[in-house]
Amino acid sequence: MELTRRKALALGTSALVLTGLTGMPAFASLTEDAITELTGGAELGEGAVSITAPEIAENGNTVPIEVSAPGAVAVTLFADGNPVPAVATFNFGPLAASQTASTRIRLATTQNVVAVAKMQDGSFQKASANVKVTIGGCGG
Amino acid sequence: MASGVKPRVKVPKSASAGEAITIKTLISHKMESGQRKDGDGNVIPRSIINRFTTDFNGENVIDVTLEPAISTNPYFEFEATVPESGEFTFTWYDDDGDVYDTSKKIEVS
Amino acid sequence: MNLKPWIAAALIGTGGIAVAQDNSTLSVEGEEMVTETAAPAHLDNVRTIYSGWRFRTPETQALQMDDFENPAMIFVDQALDLWDTVDGTEGHSCSSCHTDGPEEFAGLHAQMPKVVNGRVVVMEDIINEHRRELMGADEWKWSGPEMQSMVALIGLQSRGMPMDVAIDGDAAPFWEQGKDMYYTRYGQLELSCANCHEDNYGNMIRADHLSQGQINGFPTYRLKQARLISRHIRFRGCIRDTIGETFAEGSDEFRALELYVASRANGLDIETPAVRQ
Repeated sequence: MELTRRKALALGTSALVLTGLTGMPAFASLTEDAITELTGGAELGEGAVSITAPEIAENGNTVPIEVSAPGAVAVTLFADGNPVPAVATFNFGPLAASQTASTRIRLATTQNVVAVAKMQDGSFQKASANVKVTIGGCGG
Repeated sequence: MASGVKPRVKVPKSASAGEAITIKTLISHKMESGQRKDGDGNVIPRSIINRFTTDFNGENVIDVTLEPAISTNPYFEFEATVPESGEFTFTWYDDDGDVYDTSKKIEVS
Repeated sequence: MNLKPWIAAALIGTGGIAVAQDNSTLSVEGEEMVTETAAPAHLDNVRTIYSGWRFRTPETQALQMDDFENPAMIFVDQALDLWDTVDGTEGHSCSSCHTDGPEEFAGLHAQMPKVVNGRVVVMEDIINEHRRELMGADEWKWSGPEMQSMVALIGLQSRGMPMDVAIDGDAAPFWEQGKDMYYTRYGQLELSCANCHEDNYGNMIRADHLSQGQINGFPTYRLKQARLISRHIRFRGCIRDTIGETFAEGSDEFRALELYVASRANGLDIETPAVRQ
């Protein structure tokens, strides 16, 4: 079943049920839409961007992430399982020594962190990393 | 006005001309996401730092747009090229209109 | 599927020492910390004590190894500002009298809690008594940001020194009271501190890697709340998690418990302010 944005919103809570059935994060289509808005529907190449993220995040509130996109003008991060997929956009200025940035982000659940880089020639590149977010025991 | 907001930056004291240096920045800020609810079930409105910039002697190094998914006490690490001696200025922009800034000088040989 | 070493060990059921991490050596700003040592003589059921740092993922561990990466240090910075801030009717700041700076308190946190004049005194008591009696200032909220950032600043002066809490003499009856509490089952879940932190450290409770519950790193910056967490508020959280009525911060019960729990870490280095999940 094709999960269009309209259907996803109309389904409401059943979208969360579908997470279990399809294995896809519930807000994946919101992310697709956000990426399309960013790129104007352009093709997304792969291989030029890398994301460093933990395999398992000990707490979803503070997850260290590094993104590297040599030759990029800007990199936008998305979290496809968050209610609001956009995370940050790094615009690199003339004095940036590299197109690399690290930060700490909030992840609501196990999901993919997606990086979309706008390259100097106007093309777009993408990378994604899956991060497992655990729900703690007593301490959690 | 957000209270208790304090920036902290790490910049090397000196570098050679054209060298790439690592800069780390932190600011204490709650980053209220707009997803939480209070005891009565009302949504606590979003109130975050939404933009962070770093300039060196007036030229831009980085300009970051922040969304609510950036963790409390936003942290950024990135690299800058230093062509000459001068001053880095770091600026954070709050949803509530406040602007926080700090600066650090660097000696270039 | 690539399992992390400690998950693999827990599944195999080696119990006890599933603490094998990628990093088992904690070095903070170049100074190596003791995170593993022989248990103090008073512990019957534990042979080796470990810092909570050893049970965390490599990413969490890395946050504590550098004073800029450590998110707690921005609150220590705030305490340094408070140190110089005049407050109260007497018109003093901490620095008015403590002219040598917080360094004067090196070693203090490592011996806290202490028993003075027949009562258990913890760090928050010293600070609030000072404010009330000497500065004519309002007391700070026990687990509030001002208090815990100040406790962290003073605790930092003992970082790298071994925990050394006295359990004999005047301290003995309070220590016994704390020990009783540690082994008492609380709440609907009927769990004692020992059930998790002595019988099951190294195992997983849901997705949490259980530590020995040592408090040598408090106040600790918890990633969950993204702020400094006090010892008493952590005790409150633990007992609340047994689905039980919990004691108050600053209660006599928690003072006695703090004395006992601190003594379980005698020999481990103070890591204040630590980073945990």
